[in-house]
Amino acid sequence: MWLFDRDLWIEIFHTLGKNMFRTFLTMLGVIFAMVILVLLLGSANGMSNGFNKIFAGTASNSLFVWGQSTSEPYKGFERGRRIRYKLEDADILKKQIPEIEVLAPRIELGNHRGVVTVYRNGQTSGSAVYGDFPEIDNITKKKLVEGRFLNQTDIDNSKKVCVIGEETYKLLFDKGEKAIGQDIRINGIYFSVVGIYKPNNNINIDGENAVFIPFTTFQKAFNSGDRIGWMAIAVEEGTPVPFVEKQIKDILKAKYDIHPDDERAIGSFDMSEIFNNITAFTTVLKGFSFFVGIFTLLAGVIAISNILLITVKERTQEIGVRRALGATPVIVKRQIVVEAIVLTAFAGLVGFAIAVGILSILDAMFGSGDDFPFVKPMISVPQFIISFILMVGLSVLIGLLPANRAVRIKPIDALREE
Amino acid sequence: MIEIKDLHKSYKMGSNSLHVLKGINFKVEEGELVAIMGSSGSGKSTLLNILGMLDSADSGEYTLDGVPIKNLSETKAAQYRNKFLGFIFQSFNLINYKSALENVALPLYYQKVPRKERQEKAMKYLERVGLKPWADHLPSELSGGQKQRVAIARAMAGEPKVLLADEPTGALDSKTSYEVMDLIQKINDDGNTILVVTHEEDIAHMCKRIVHLKDGVIVEDKKIEQVRAEQYV
Repeated sequence: MWLFDRDLWIEIFHTLGKNMFRTFLTMLGVIFAMVILVLLLGSANGMSNGFNKIFAGTASNSLFVWGQSTSEPYKGFERGRRIRYKLEDADILKKQIPEIEVLAPRIELGNHRGVVTVYRNGQTSGSAVYGDFPEIDNITKKKLVEGRFLNQTDIDNSKKVCVIGEETYKLLFDKGEKAIGQDIRINGIYFSVVGIYKPNNNINIDGENAVFIPFTTFQKAFNSGDRIGWMAIAVEEGTPVPFVEKQIKDILKAKYDIHPDDERAIGSFDMSEIFNNITAFTTVLKGFSFFVGIFTLLAGVIAISNILLITVKERTQEIGVRRALGATPVIVKRQIVVEAIVLTAFAGLVGFAIAVGILSILDAMFGSGDDFPFVKPMISVPQFIISFILMVGLSVLIGLLPANRAVRIKPIDALREE
Repeated sequence: MIEIKDLHKSYKMGSNSLHVLKGINFKVEEGELVAIMGSSGSGKSTLLNILGMLDSADSGEYTLDGVPIKNLSETKAAQYRNKFLGFIFQSFNLINYKSALENVALPLYYQKVPRKERQEKAMKYLERVGLKPWADHLPSELSGGQKQRVAIARAMAGEPKVLLADEPTGALDSKTSYEVMDLIQKINDDGNTILVVTHEEDIAHMCKRIVHLKDGVIVEDKKIEQVRAEQYV
C-alpha cells in the first residue's frame, strides 16, 4: 500500500519542511477555520447542554391539566360554570388512554395558585399547599437538600408529614436551624417536616415556597373529599403530547357536559411544546455553526490549494527532472495531493487543539450554567469525525487542482527553463 | 541499440511551421560513444528530446533495444525513460534540497527498489564517480564538476541501456570538462552506450563517432580516432 511507503512520507516532509514559514502561513487559514468551527459547534453544544440542564428533572414529554370555567352554555348548563375534577377521573383517564405513563392528581389549598398562611413558633409564611401523590416526583423532580420526598407509606397511612421548599424553610426557620422532625401548622393542623427541596436552576412549576403533604392526609385534614385540583401527566416516549391532550380533553368534556367547542373550560399546559421549541432552536444553532464552519474551512483549504499552485510553479524544474527520471503522472499527482492532505490534516488538528483549549477555559469560567444556559461546551466525537472527514475530503478535491497543474508540466519545457 | 528511420519533426510557431528534423536515418550499436554535433538550430536538441522520449516525432520509426517507441502515454513514456535511459543535462538538474546520495537514488526510487538496496546502489555509483565522501552534501555545496559527476552517477544508477548527455560540459570550464569527459569515456569503456550532444569540437573528438547535423539533416557521420581526455586532466 503506497500510503505506508516510507519514502513517500520522507519526500513529503522534506518538501514541506524545506520551507517552514510558508508551510506555516499556508496552514494558518485552516487552523483558524478549524478553531472557528469547533468553537461555534462547542458553544452551540454548550447552549444545548445548558437548556437540557434547565429541563433536567422535568419530564419533557408531559402536560398539566386543570379545570377552569366554561365559556359556552351546554346541555342546560349556563356558561361560567366552574369545572372541578374528581379523583376517579385519574383512574378513568389512565384506563382509557394507554399512552399515559404517569398520572399524578393534585389538590391544593385555597384557589388555584392560592397562598395559605403557614405557622411555626410565631413565624409565618404565605405558601402554596399541595396534596400530592409520590408519582409527581417522576414528572417534576424535586432536588432535596435534606430528608426525603413523600412516599407510598405516607399515602397509605395518611401520615401528617410534609416536604417544604427552601424559600418556605427560610421564612419559617432560623438560619442553620434543623427543620427535619419539626412541626409546622397549616389551618390548625400540625405536619412534621420530612424533607426540604431547593430550586435546581430548572423550570419550577410549583415554586420554591410550597408545602407538599400526602394526598390522603390532605383529604382528611382539610375535608376535600374526592376533589382534585389538577393533574400532572407524563406521556410515554414517542407519543406526541397533543395527541394525548386531545383524548384527555374529549373524555373530560363528555364526562362534565362541556360543549365540544369550549376551549376555555379545561386548562392545560403542554411541556413538550417549550421543550421542542428549544430543541429546534439549538438544532438550528448547531446546523448554522456547522454551515459557517464548513465554509470557513473550505476557504482555508482553498488557500492551501493556492499556495500549492504557487509551489508547483516554483518546482517546475524539479518536477520536470522527476518526470525525466521516471516519475509517472500518477506519482507526481499523488505527491501533491498527499501534501495537501497532510497540510490540511495537520493544520486541522492544531486548530482543533487550540479550540478545545479555548473551550476548556470557557467551560472552567462559565460552564456551570448558573448565570446563563451554557454547560460543558465541547464538540462530540461524531461531530469531530465528520468535520475531519469533510476537511480531508475537501483537501483531496482541492489538492487535485495543483496536482493536475503539476502533471501538465512537460519535462522538456521544465528542463528548458533555466 | 538505437535505430531511427526517416524521422520528421516540425514545430508550429503561430501560423508558420518550423520543420526542424527533415528525415533522419541513424543507427547506434551497443557500446558506442557518439557525439551529435551541430550549430544551434540544427535540430540536435530536438533529436535528443525525441531519443529521450521527452518529445515525440511527427513521423518515422524509432526502435530502442528492439522496442518500438511510438504513441506512448505519459505513464508509459515515464516508465520507458526510467528503464532504458539515463539523462545528463547541461545545467545538471539536481534536486537542490536532496543530498548527493538521494539525488543518485531517485531513479531507483521510481524503479521501486527497496530503500536499503537503493542506498547501497547509489553509494556504489557515487563511489564510481569519486564522490563517496560527498554523499551527504547538498548540490549547493558542490562545485560544477562535482554536480555533473553526481548527475552522471544518477544517470547510471538506474542501469539504463543508453546514456543521453545534452551538452554535459556546456556549463563547465575546460579542465573540469575534460574530467567529466574522462569519466564518460571510462563508463563507455565498461561497455555502456552513450550519446553526447555538443557543439565543442574537442569534446566531440573525445567520442568514437561524430554525427553532424545541419538544418535538420545528417550531413556527416564518421567514425574517428578517440582522443583520451585523461592526458589533459
